Amino acid sequence: MLKTLAGAAAVAGLPLAAAAEDLRIDLIERQVVPPPILSNMIAPPADLGLAAARLGVADIATTGRFMGDSFDLRETLVAPGDPFLPAAEARLAEGARLLVVKAPAADLLALADLPAARDAVIFNIALPDDSLRGSDCRGNLLHTTPSLAMRADALTQFALKKQWTDLVLIQGPHPEDVAFADALRRSVAKFGMSLGADKPWTFDADMRRVAAEEIPAFTQDLPDHDLLLVADERGDYGRYIAYNTWLPRPVAGSEGIMPRGWSGVVENWGAAQLQGRFREVAQREMEPVDFGAWAALAAIGEAVTRTRSADPKVLRDFMLSGDFRLAGFLGTPLSFRPWDGQMRQPVPLVTDRAVVGTAPLDGFLHEHSELDTLGQDLSDTTCTAFGDA
Amino acid sequence: MIRRILWASAAALAPALALPAAADEIWVTNELDDTVSVIDVATAQVKATFPTGQRPRGIAFSRDHSVLYICASDSNAVQVMDPETGQILHDLPSGADPEQFVVSPDDRLLYIANEDDAITTVVDTQTRKVVAQIDVGIEPEGMGISPDGRLQITTSETTNMAHWIDTGTHQVVANTLVDSRPRHAEFTPDGRELWVSSEVGGTVTVFDVATRAELAKIRFALPNIRPERLQPVGMKFSPDASRIFVALGPADHVAVIDTASREVIHYILVGRRVWHMALSPDGTKLFTTNGVSGDVTIIDVASLTAERSVKVGRFPWGAAARPTP
Repeated sequence: MLKTLAGAAAVAGLPLAAAAEDLRIDLIERQVVPPPILSNMIAPPADLGLAAARLGVADIATTGRFMGDSFDLRETLVAPGDPFLPAAEARLAEGARLLVVKAPAADLLALADLPAARDAVIFNIALPDDSLRGSDCRGNLLHTTPSLAMRADALTQFALKKQWTDLVLIQGPHPEDVAFADALRRSVAKFGMSLGADKPWTFDADMRRVAAEEIPAFTQDLPDHDLLLVADERGDYGRYIAYNTWLPRPVAGSEGIMPRGWSGVVENWGAAQLQGRFREVAQREMEPVDFGAWAALAAIGEAVTRTRSADPKVLRDFMLSGDFRLAGFLGTPLSFRPWDGQMRQPVPLVTDRAVVGTAPLDGFLHEHSELDTLGQDLSDTTCTAFGDA
Repeated sequence: MIRRILWASAAALAPALALPAAADEIWVTNELDDTVSVIDVATAQVKATFPTGQRPRGIAFSRDHSVLYICASDSNAVQVMDPETGQILHDLPSGADPEQFVVSPDDRLLYIANEDDAITTVVDTQTRKVVAQIDVGIEPEGMGISPDGRLQITTSETTNMAHWIDTGTHQVVANTLVDSRPRHAEFTPDGRELWVSSEVGGTVTVFDVATRAELAKIRFALPNIRPERLQPVGMKFSPDASRIFVALGPADHVAVIDTASREVIHYILVGRRVWHMALSPDGTKLFTTNGVSGDVTIIDVASLTAERSVKVGRFPWGAAARPTP
């Protein structure tokens, strides 16, 4: 009914006042102190995610101006030592129901489980954990950043396409390294390959000084391989491995050829325009978490524009429907998987300077959407919070 | 006379390659080479390549074909070229990042989409001054103008709208929502219908111009090509307007739609990532720019078959036709 009204108003050239919506969107961030890494030259940007959410709301507000809709982004930044949940509860009590969240998994799930959040739509813009799309999934939680399984599958497709089928893996000691390495192991098996070696990284020496001596020795006992996979999600030791290995082999994973949700080197499919707009406001390159934030805002804007509704339930249902097609500058329309809330998104495989490929790669077929060759497909999902999707 | 005989015999020898017997030209912008390629329609050869400003995309001749306008996007200028010499005569003030434009029927004004600024800039080509700047949606791109020159349409890629601009007042009089990432707007020659392509939506929407009501939405389907790759971009009506050709971008095909029934009647395989098209001045051949393969496919309009391809520069984008001077 609203849709009909909106159509009629558009036809008449009216500013759609009859169906105008005022939407409140909340960005809630739990700030964390970044863990120490070997290089002290590189710090994560303080406005990671936030800068892109601001760009995203400006983008959708422009469309809203023509439709008569307005979008208001409220920012709640919870300092590292402060309690997260009370801050989030306060926003919900004010009526916030569209939440764009950058927070550790425990905080994110606690928020999703609040009674007041039952009818909210929460966007996870930062966490790649497979469990959040699996056994720990929530029906009110959507994910606009690729899962570890999607990133791992993107890389494995690339290795298979190149016929680089002899693989070895080095895994760092941190939980996120273990999780990415596990995802790589599952993916390698999923695509019918196996690891020739699987070796933990155990050094605590300062690799900035001794990489040239230590890394050749550390990699000397690896069987010959086509590609060396590295799980080093904090960006700690991996950067010292390339060019220091015993055998001259390419590196991939957390270093070298990296499957990422986004990168400053992505430029095709109009991405150069998004990158340009982002650089102008943020004075830096757009990162995967930024893309997750921008995509969450873009998804909200698209859903409001198409449904002419501000009701979170209507927006959620539309986003999870087959009619939702989001332009995301990755060459293929983005949508959401109705079985776990994960955004279907191509995964660029990038180096520091160029896009090497974009998964799903040609030849990896799927009966419904080639994007579902990445990550958990409907047939193997362990998520039950989305009903009989 | 000699030329006629020559072409008659060429046609007799190779009927499949029969080409119009005139020095008509197709001009193509090479987005990543900062050049334009000039294709001789008769010989299907590149006869000249001229340097342009940075990242040339939109290209159009003045209606009398005396000058060529080129959107040099990264030079933030519309360049005016003498097609006889390939010399840049001067730049027009275009606003930032011009991508596409359309020439008014009276040959006086250019309507320019400023992709980075969400503005349509109107420039007087004679005084070389900006006449108006009109706020539109984010990433304006598709530019159409009604045959009577009274309505200009700007489509905005990220706002997903067709903005209807009254050229008398330079005001937006209506905004109509279309599917995701609208790329191109084309009026039927009788001015009654407006066709808008939506790249990510994968559709072409047909509007009734008088009422701005949506008349139809056309979808595409090809076996063995995933639906997400069917991304309509450029559109071109056949000379009699009975058909419209729609470039399907990364699907590497041009769709042929029957204008009256709005049914897709044929798909033609062309080069990779097809962007835009131009008709030879005699209306018998269609030239498509294929960005990724860096070539131009020549399609016979009568038989709807691709006849040959011509290598041009890197990332050919826009195309415009120039009849024999």
